[in-house]
Amino acid sequence: MNTEQRLRLATVWLSGCSGCHMAFLDLDAWLLELATWAEVVYSPVASDRKVYPDDVDVALVEGAVANDDNLALLLQVRQRTRVLVSFGDCAIHTNVSGLRNPLGAADAVLQRSYLQLADGSGQCPHAPGLLPELRTPVLPLHALVPVDVYLPGCPPDPARIRAVLEALRRGELPRP
Amino acid sequence: MNVCSLRIDDRALTVAAGTSLLLAARRAGIVIPSLCHLDGLTPVGACRLCLVEVDTAGPLAACVTAAAEGMRVRTDTPLLRDIRRSLVEMLFSEGNHTCAVCIADGDCELQTMALRVGMDHNRLPGRFPSRTVDLSHPLFGLDHNRCILCTRCVRVCDEVEGAHVWDVGWRGERCRIIAGLDQPWGAVDSCSHCGKCVEVCPTGALFHKGSCGGDHPSHPERLAALLRGRRRQQGPP
Repeated sequence: MNTEQRLRLATVWLSGCSGCHMAFLDLDAWLLELATWAEVVYSPVASDRKVYPDDVDVALVEGAVANDDNLALLLQVRQRTRVLVSFGDCAIHTNVSGLRNPLGAADAVLQRSYLQLADGSGQCPHAPGLLPELRTPVLPLHALVPVDVYLPGCPPDPARIRAVLEALRRGELPRP
Repeated sequence: MNVCSLRIDDRALTVAAGTSLLLAARRAGIVIPSLCHLDGLTPVGACRLCLVEVDTAGPLAACVTAAAEGMRVRTDTPLLRDIRRSLVEMLFSEGNHTCAVCIADGDCELQTMALRVGMDHNRLPGRFPSRTVDLSHPLFGLDHNRCILCTRCVRVCDEVEGAHVWDVGWRGERCRIIAGLDQPWGAVDSCSHCGKCVEVCPTGALFHKGSCGGDHPSHPERLAALLRGRRRQQGPP
């Protein structure tokens, strides 16, 4: 890891509720300290960058892989990142994002959400090329790419997020 | 009294013949992990988490293995640690254990065990089986998604309450707890509504209908208190 320059940090939001990101933001004043030794190069909550950059030191990846966009971004993240952190229960265990897995195909969820529970005017969203196709089953990150660190919790405790980031800064890989 | 001497993790001790290795270890201050064991119920060796290494045989379930003269037992070795983590991972893979939306989140023996064995992720793929929830009982519910088939409910209902509402039905991946002759729980007349099965359930599989997340009234320790009270009432054994 680059010790001369600031650590290049990314946070990524796949299929999750953003609660893990909220827990990250709950680090409050410590985020100012983090900013002295880490540069946020990609993040839905701390950056406007739309394309995942090259040469990232650490990525916190929240959410499971539930659609084609999630998978494409995850593959990009893995290719361009040294330490990939599986961030929160959806990333690690699919969690709430994976509740549809026992139902089989994603269609059961779409039917239920958009037709059965609609007030009569419901229709299933269908916009190929605009809306990413849902994948079955929803998978945790480590089922698709190698993961370096697991940071569980729904959401992970902010103090634990801080402990992991501080360990990674020292060049350590936290283990249970 | 017939006694035997043995060594558990290099601690020498003498126990009554017939004492299980699980209880013998506890007497030596060593807590062997377990999920299906509960003081007061007949041990069945269902969860296999209490496997220990015995010099005369392969890994054995400590809850159903009697201490014997000269036995040498190891309760915490790299092999056992690996087996225990794998067993917990298999339990998580087998059912649908989504802690974040479980009534027992934060008060679950399976969740605590996952932490204890260092399971920061599951190395096995999830099966995500299609399972049902039985809400036919007026007071309690049974969520098969959360069940680990420890059979505590089966045993407490049969051995302590004497109602024998529960059994284990089917085999393999279809194996599940059944009420009566595989009837809806609410349709089984022999249920006395005592709630002992709910109190001993290690996960969120059995629950009070009135409770919600983080409010899981699981009290496995109450069984021991009940049995102590019964013994006192019956006079000295």
